[in-house]
Amino acid sequence: MDVVLPFEHKQTAHCESGVISGLLTHKELAISEPMAFGISGALTFAYLPLIKFGGMPLIAYRMPPKGVIRPLCKRLGVEMVFETFRDPDQGMRTLDRHLDEGRVVGLQSSVYWLEYFPPDMRFHFNAHNLIVFGRRGGRYLISDPVLERAVECEAEGLKKSRFTRGVLAPKGLLYYPRKIPSAIDYRGAIRDSIKKNTGMMLYTPLPFIGVRGVRMVARKLRKLKRDELKYNRLLIGHMVRMQEEIGTGGAGFRFLYASFLEQAADLLGHAPLAEIGRQLTAAGDEWREFALLAAKMCKGRAEMDYGALGDRLECVADLEERFYRRLRAELPALRAT
Amino acid sequence: MNKDEVPQEPAKAYMGMKKALYALDENGRMAVVRSAGWEAEEIVLDQAIEEFKALAAQAHARARAGASAPLEYHMYRQRMDVVLLAQSTGFFRWSVRRHLRPAVFARLSAEKKARYADALGLRVEELERLPEVP
Repeated sequence: MDVVLPFEHKQTAHCESGVISGLLTHKELAISEPMAFGISGALTFAYLPLIKFGGMPLIAYRMPPKGVIRPLCKRLGVEMVFETFRDPDQGMRTLDRHLDEGRVVGLQSSVYWLEYFPPDMRFHFNAHNLIVFGRRGGRYLISDPVLERAVECEAEGLKKSRFTRGVLAPKGLLYYPRKIPSAIDYRGAIRDSIKKNTGMMLYTPLPFIGVRGVRMVARKLRKLKRDELKYNRLLIGHMVRMQEEIGTGGAGFRFLYASFLEQAADLLGHAPLAEIGRQLTAAGDEWREFALLAAKMCKGRAEMDYGALGDRLECVADLEERFYRRLRAELPALRAT
Repeated sequence: MNKDEVPQEPAKAYMGMKKALYALDENGRMAVVRSAGWEAEEIVLDQAIEEFKALAAQAHARARAGASAPLEYHMYRQRMDVVLLAQSTGFFRWSVRRHLRPAVFARLSAEKKARYADALGLRVEELERLPEVP
């Protein structure tokens, strides 16, 4: 039986913040992608050489999967339901049941097995997120927030992508909001998230997280062995991909967070937040410059110069550090007025 | 980044798709701007794809020479490596490495072959065969 639920597709930069923004807006809690991402406090920098991803160290610009949805919903007081499944068929039946009951749901999936992505963009990344809003003739109607338009996906492919195994295996994860609070304390939520986020970026006592993590990578780049050009190129290329390709909205989520600060300034009537956000936009521009330079060096269009890359990154770290300090200094002014 | 600085360098990987970036609009506010692609991104994406292609081609040559099972070729062809294939099948890494040897692969049970085929999205017959060209 066909089901088509009314759902307005909207393209966003990032999958997880886009999906939760879509699901909440659908339940009449209108929240933009930047606002969802900002309040979640998922902005970060982490360099984890021990966790390998295709033989490359993990370099993350945002918190791990569910790092947007969980903290966001906690701060807003939204109750979410998360369901995972052992049996793929059971997972598909439950999805059908939710649709039959008129519920639009979010799913975690692998990118590789989703047929609607262009082949060159399909990699084994298990923490993609999308929204299902209907079923028509054995195909599912999908609002994938990183795409311009809603798409369809054949059941077999969707099942396979929901039940891939390995790191961050989705286990068929399906989620939806159960209860939306009647009143939301945005001031408290925004203040709390800024406090946590700036604290993490500046004061995490681990040298590979936050601004110190950026500096650590800068040092690593300077010290790369000159005779391992092939590996070095792959490593640098990998870093740029993590920064730009995986739906970050540009500059590893920095522009997205700057947009959040602007919207928070409006919502709370506190203009300085928007001005502080400009500092992050500037840091984001530096990230993009770094990416362009690094890509050109990988391709051999510019001469490989590890020192120059390290210096560029050090400059990014300086800008970011100044930004987080300035933002943190604004916290007392955000107390309830 | 200003709106008019958002790169519009059509990337072939996008196949005409556009993705959303955030940039400053005419009024100096951050807004979603669609981008057709960016040179920097295309370079590093190509690099990653070419790397898998090169690995698949080498594995193809090895399989031709009888030094490796077609499984190795299919693994790289599906953009996996030994670590990822081990995670996706539940086998140990050392088992996967062993199974890449033609003699060992030939003796694998139907159940084990089916696990590989499933993880790689292939039929068992396809898994056992090596295509003419990589």
